[in-house]
Amino acid sequence: MSSHEQQPSTEVARSGTDGRLPERFENPGLAPHRHRLADSDPKVSKRSERQVVVIFLISVLASIAGVVGYFVIPLDEPSILDVRLSTLVIGAGLGLGMLGIGVAAVQWARALMDDAEKVEDRHPMSAGPSVQQQAFEMLRDGGSEANIARRPVLKGAVGGALALAPLAFLVPLIGNLGADWDISKFARTAWRPVRGGDPERYYQGQYRYLAVDPQDRRIKASEITNNNIVHVIPHGLPEEEHYLEEKAKAVVLLVRVDPGLLKESAERADWSYEGIVAYSKICTHVGCPVALYEQQTHHLLCPCHQSTFDITDAAKVVFGPAKRALPQLPIAVDEEGYLYAKADFDEPVGPSYWQRER
Amino acid sequence: MSARGRGRRSRFAPMLLLAFALVLVGGIYTAVAPNAAQADTQTTGDAAHGEKLFITNCATCHGTGAVGSDLAPSLIGVGAASVHFQVTTGRMPMQASGAQAPAKPPQFDESEALDLAAYVATLGPGPEIPTEDQVDPAQGSPANGMLLFRTNCAMCHNAVGAGGALTEGKYAPSLMESTPTVIYEAMLTGPQSMPGFNDATLTPDEKRDVIAFLMEQRGTQPGGFALGSIGPVSEGIWVFIVGLGSLIGIAVWVGSRSS
Repeated sequence: MSSHEQQPSTEVARSGTDGRLPERFENPGLAPHRHRLADSDPKVSKRSERQVVVIFLISVLASIAGVVGYFVIPLDEPSILDVRLSTLVIGAGLGLGMLGIGVAAVQWARALMDDAEKVEDRHPMSAGPSVQQQAFEMLRDGGSEANIARRPVLKGAVGGALALAPLAFLVPLIGNLGADWDISKFARTAWRPVRGGDPERYYQGQYRYLAVDPQDRRIKASEITNNNIVHVIPHGLPEEEHYLEEKAKAVVLLVRVDPGLLKESAERADWSYEGIVAYSKICTHVGCPVALYEQQTHHLLCPCHQSTFDITDAAKVVFGPAKRALPQLPIAVDEEGYLYAKADFDEPVGPSYWQRER
Repeated sequence: MSARGRGRRSRFAPMLLLAFALVLVGGIYTAVAPNAAQADTQTTGDAAHGEKLFITNCATCHGTGAVGSDLAPSLIGVGAASVHFQVTTGRMPMQASGAQAPAKPPQFDESEALDLAAYVATLGPGPEIPTEDQVDPAQGSPANGMLLFRTNCAMCHNAVGAGGALTEGKYAPSLMESTPTVIYEAMLTGPQSMPGFNDATLTPDEKRDVIAFLMEQRGTQPGGFALGSIGPVSEGIWVFIVGLGSLIGIAVWVGSRSS
């Protein structure tokens, strides 16, 4: 039954007794085979067989339970509990049914099938010189029969067809990578002033009103109390084309702080209104929405990589991997007190890209 | 056979022990974790009694007449809602100064908290404690609440209100145990690191929608184990320990020799 054999190589150098490593190690052969209890004891063998049968039976029962569960648990007017139970029973039945087959098969192989080691030598990789010779000859004959070397036009035609064929696949593939190569869009947002805009959405038909996200209600400056924040979108944006793309660039966070706390540069002095400042919510690091505002420290925190921006100091980076301050949206109020954007951001929002400075 | 049997048991013992310990810890936590306090229906307090309580318990830091000090802000104009929030959740009186005043078992009962709130409300006008109707989740729309929560709250408090970390030891607490009244007051007053959301930003109806959404998160999870709803950390630990652990266990078993 046992086919393991020991073949100590005769050419192997004997391992030295002087402590140095021998040039080659002797093939130790296989360890002597130890039989399992099940091989010699019919009782143990019988027990292993019963084990395997029991595991198969568990699989059978689980599969049946899954099917029964599908019919028994009512889902006509399901409660969440019913849905959960149904999913659980079907899933557990399917899972245990398959797992049982696998476990039983493995146990069968481990405990009952022949476990003797067998050695099978590898075949040589090479096909042998005569077969190689034959293959070369066939190739050479094929080449000369096709007369490819004496028909240059045919050669060119074949080459051209082969070279062009993949293009029908590659051109659409590359073309679809970005149907739109107009990167100047990155530098504009829905806040940019327009001519002749809808007066509902644009102050004097020009300047976009600020509105609460997601309710799209216009905001009065007087409605914002100290240390309140408002998440802002351009008014009327949800009804416009490409809403989500435009929103992704235009989202703004509005914060009111004590005007005495604001450190404003001379050119941005009129960008805020009575302590209300508006900053882009898109992180300058990789573009996550920066919206964790700590009203005691006036710090704005990005949830992705913990970049922290100081709202009182032009949203400069005080911590984290972001390199640039958040772009500020210049705001003002109309006669009724509603906030509007005086201009677009003066730089592209969000993370850097190659052509950003152009 | 018996010696081999013993050896086999010991191989799986650590896994079983780990599973047992996990179940035990979870069980103890469920048994011991504090339940949400129930809000009383009484809404007005005795300002005179509140003043006495304030002088003995709060004035050390907030100053006599609640004018504030180096240690604590002035409470003039913070309103009854703010006091009710801080006192009934046990955040005030603060146990120790630090980055965050954590919620703890409240030191005052509901009527004392209302007395304190009534006293502070006499110092200056501020947000009032919401009525039962204003915080009734049954009257709110959970769907609209989800939209509002996602935009205004989820970045700190997690998508379902399980809480999250801020900077320097501060954190946004879990909202899973908070009463509707307390949630409303927190939105209105903006306690600690949290910014406020006044009635122009989130109208009273919209605040009730947010509460309705949060209450929806507390029932049965249709997806099975929520693992604390805190996302990749707990889910990753689960996959690594339980998922990879059982795969390794199966691989070891498949490769081991049968006795």
